[in-house]
Amino acid sequence: MTQIKFKVNGKSYSLMIDPDTPLLWVLRDHLKLTGTKYSCGMGICGCCTVHVDKQPTRSCITPVSAVAGKAIVTIEGLDANGLHPLQRAWIDGDVPQCGYCQPGQIMTAAALLEENPQPTDADIDDAMSGTLCRCGTYQRIRNAIHQAAKEV
Amino acid sequence: MTISTTVSRRQFIKLTGAGTSALILGFAAPWACAKDKVLSDTEFEPNAWVKITSDDTITVVMPRSELGQKVWTALPMILADELEADWSKVKVVQGHLNEAYGNQTTGGSKSVRTNYDALRKAGATAREMLITAAANKWTVDRSECRAENNRIIHSSSGKSLSFGELVESATLLPIPADVPLKDPKDFKIIGRSIKSIDTAFKVDGSLEYGWDFQKPQLLTAVIARCPVFGGTVVSFDSGEALKIDGVVKIFPVLAGIAVVARDTWTALKARKKLSVEWDNGSNASLSSENISQKLNDNLTKTAKVLRKDGEPERLLKKAEKVFDAVFEVPYLDHAPMEPMNCTAFIHDGVCEVWSPTQNPGGGFQAAKQITGFEDAQIHIYTLRSGGGFGRRLQADYVADAIEVATQVDAPVKVIRTRDEDIQHGFYRPTSVHKVQGVLGKDGFPTIWTHRVSGPVQWNGLFTPGADELAYGIKNQLIDYVTDEIPVPVGAWRSVSHTQTAFVNECWIDELAVRADADPVEYRRQLLKDKPRHLGVLNLVADKSGWGKELAPGHARGVAVHYSFNSWAAMVVEVSLGNDGNLKIHQVDCAIDCGIVINPDGVAAQVEGGVTLGLTAALYGEITLAGGQVRQSNFHNYRLLTMRDAPVIHTHIVKSTEKPTGAGEPPVPPTTPALINAIAKLTGKRIYHLPIQQPLT
Repeated sequence: MTQIKFKVNGKSYSLMIDPDTPLLWVLRDHLKLTGTKYSCGMGICGCCTVHVDKQPTRSCITPVSAVAGKAIVTIEGLDANGLHPLQRAWIDGDVPQCGYCQPGQIMTAAALLEENPQPTDADIDDAMSGTLCRCGTYQRIRNAIHQAAKEV
Repeated sequence: MTISTTVSRRQFIKLTGAGTSALILGFAAPWACAKDKVLSDTEFEPNAWVKITSDDTITVVMPRSELGQKVWTALPMILADELEADWSKVKVVQGHLNEAYGNQTTGGSKSVRTNYDALRKAGATAREMLITAAANKWTVDRSECRAENNRIIHSSSGKSLSFGELVESATLLPIPADVPLKDPKDFKIIGRSIKSIDTAFKVDGSLEYGWDFQKPQLLTAVIARCPVFGGTVVSFDSGEALKIDGVVKIFPVLAGIAVVARDTWTALKARKKLSVEWDNGSNASLSSENISQKLNDNLTKTAKVLRKDGEPERLLKKAEKVFDAVFEVPYLDHAPMEPMNCTAFIHDGVCEVWSPTQNPGGGFQAAKQITGFEDAQIHIYTLRSGGGFGRRLQADYVADAIEVATQVDAPVKVIRTRDEDIQHGFYRPTSVHKVQGVLGKDGFPTIWTHRVSGPVQWNGLFTPGADELAYGIKNQLIDYVTDEIPVPVGAWRSVSHTQTAFVNECWIDELAVRADADPVEYRRQLLKDKPRHLGVLNLVADKSGWGKELAPGHARGVAVHYSFNSWAAMVVEVSLGNDGNLKIHQVDCAIDCGIVINPDGVAAQVEGGVTLGLTAALYGEITLAGGQVRQSNFHNYRLLTMRDAPVIHTHIVKSTEKPTGAGEPPVPPTTPALINAIAKLTGKRIYHLPIQQPLT
């Protein structure tokens, strides 16, 4: 057990915790932030994506020791009112079906738009092909990213 | 006309027993699950489906499971339309297991179809009572009043009252047994692509899925399971695991060894430290190779006949040329993005279960069987599922949680890791299909036979769709053989039709090509007497531009199939890259599901069904070696990605027929349309799934 300090959604935390604990479980079980999801546990599907110092990061394979001193943003903190341009585009385009993968999709898309405010379809393919959706919302995700990009 | 009542406002009304007005409709108030209900000034709840409060809010109960198929929005739309509600004032709450709602199993694409009438009646009943309440207040004839947008309006004077203002008086009225329903041409909400009512919660992370469920002192558990189906525990050593701080208890359960801990990571770490000796049992020799061999060998067994038209056997013997083929498909896992999980708490003689489920009744039965409690002591709560596809019809993971809960004094959530979820599923069965076809002089089939070889006794999982062949072929023999392969199987979105449509639509396509006929025109001729099959076929041919020139190197395939009371036809456009890898450009789908509640909702179901179908065709297989499932995660059980995903266009047949489902019908024609497109492109037919790439 080690004392580890980090910020989540602007709030500071100091936890006495097994340093190997994946960030995903720290967020979900210790901080009760359940918007970030478990689906594969191997960093393949993207459902666990958060931002660590603005970088999209797969929290299921990131030990909490790796985020010591860093600033984490989860889906809950992307926008104070849940109205980030991507979230609004998601609502406007009725993007989600079951919705389980969507926090990871949105966090990945948000990181994309930070780096590349006007992504092409090929850019979207490259950035988003690692976030899986079983329900088949890909074309709506693509359209929503383009729509949000108009505002950014 | 006024209605007099001697019932005082504060009177208790017993909602069970003889003669109460609530029971005329057979409803019981679900809100408090209490048998006695105090009349309230501020709430009007004429039935189990809707409650109107004096703040003018309409609360609709949605008693099926929301899995992403958007019943959360569609079902309330139906009630709200009849009620003449202002949609912006509608709130939706989950209806948990309650006999007031009848069968609450969510599957078979039937949520809208089986609740349409009840929802309309529930909304209309409330509307009529509000009209009566207003008419009484104004001492006018109720025929002079109408409901509109959360208000009752007196037509000649224009005066009006909101539903909220009428709650206090409506609540005193007897509930009418018969109420007029709207003419569908007057629908204002039904038929519109109203935005899903819960999207905001999905995009801000606040929506609670089964796995997110919170409770004070909640423990988390995982189960160590024998990797071979049917294997058992010989012995286990939990010594090392128990040393880990935060581990609460480790004990055997039916499914293996349960590890209970204070949080997820601790439970997972402890499971890794468990040492278990398994008796793999008799299924340790099962392999995909020997299962396939068995199913193929079984083709020569005596078959059970499902359909025999004309004289197929006699005419086959006389036929000059008999075409034949053998199709084979593998097991498939559902793999919804949220793995199986369930929370249970047994305390004070009560069993509470919170599960992301498609089958709360199954959970109830499991609780009864495991705890032995009386019905009234068992409470099943339905939570949101991160996808279902039929997997959550099974109560295995619910039973696991209840069983674990019997051994701990706290609420406990039993979760699964992805590998565990893939390797302990209830799979879409593998099946083998032998078909034969004989063409007449005009090129059309005169004889069609289809024998299905399935791995279990219950043919409902692999024959429907084969025997209801829509094509007008005079001599048909459809039969099946079974086995008892001990791999667990279950319903996977569109069930048997995933297999039978693949076979039907590839085989008819191959015969069409042999007859040198256009695949759409060939089907058209054979579907002469099937107007709704023709409807979707013609619509998809038109909208996809069938027959028009394509870009060089592109090809199209078509398929049409009826399942779960709806008709769907698909055209898929493909090309091949230089590396021999397939590119799927576009999918057009025409669907006839009767009156459509929410067209955009139907489009979403088509997009989802096509995605699932394409994934299965390109990548889907669960294989076995040594009695164990080989696949373990999304690297070897691949899903379609953004890059793979084609553009999908949905075309809805305009209909005034009763509404039917859209959840499953788009899945079956997807695979054969793709295979038929590939055959057009390469000249080669594919009989085994998944497709092996590169295609040469």
